[in-house]
Amino acid sequence: MAARSSAEIEAPADSKSWTLRLRRAIDRHLPMDHLLPDRQPYYVGSWVYVFGVVTIAALVWVVISGVALSFMGPQWWHDSALGRFVNSLHFWSVQLFFIFMVLHLWGQYFMAGWRDGRAATWMIGVVIFATSILTAFTGYLSQQNFDAQYIAINAKDAMNSAGVGAFFNVLNFGQMYGLHVMLLPIGVTFLVVVHIVMVRTRGVVKPIDPEGGAPS
Amino acid sequence: MDTPTTYFHWGFILISVPNLVVIGGMIVLFAIGLVAPFPHAEEGEDGGKK
Repeated sequence: MAARSSAEIEAPADSKSWTLRLRRAIDRHLPMDHLLPDRQPYYVGSWVYVFGVVTIAALVWVVISGVALSFMGPQWWHDSALGRFVNSLHFWSVQLFFIFMVLHLWGQYFMAGWRDGRAATWMIGVVIFATSILTAFTGYLSQQNFDAQYIAINAKDAMNSAGVGAFFNVLNFGQMYGLHVMLLPIGVTFLVVVHIVMVRTRGVVKPIDPEGGAPS
Repeated sequence: MDTPTTYFHWGFILISVPNLVVIGGMIVLFAIGLVAPFPHAEEGEDGGKK
């Protein structure tokens, strides 16, 4: 007989322990074979499903290069060869992040990825897209060069006309830099984790008319 | 690097050539993703393609 943990032996099903109830809820809704599957349905055998994974890989490089840039500072990323390389790595991994995020969006749009209880997953994806645009915008304002000044001075009128200039001041470098290196990346990363967990909870959406099967 | 880029202007559409190239490349990449064969695509968890 396999050894059982003391919690399994002692805790009744209606236990008042919130940690036990939380653990049981996680076991019920997200078992490990859903979280880290080693097999996928046959219809996942397409490069379209790889676009989302490439987006995540690009985000990892964005974060790694961003941590190096924030640690070393603007003089390093403007004046040293390694700094310019890491700065370029940050810029180009952002380009790949957006390109593959849009390809992933197209793929999910045409396969109607919001079907069968996946609407929240789709909507969180939309919020990730919007938050990423704001993160990229504050990044352009954080470069510490004439480009950043030009963008900030032109963008302030758009922000003021939209009525958000009072609390989102693009001329305030400290505010833009703080948003770019702290709040917005944490927001994007957190939402991406939630998005992935939601995808793994329900699995990949079935094709609209699977070959040899009834439409779902 | 210091010269302004070329713009494509057709009716109400105004877009820089670099942006047009990126969008065109994305459409090509999406089409390749749809038709390119995927390795081991037949070996699904249900024992293969039905």
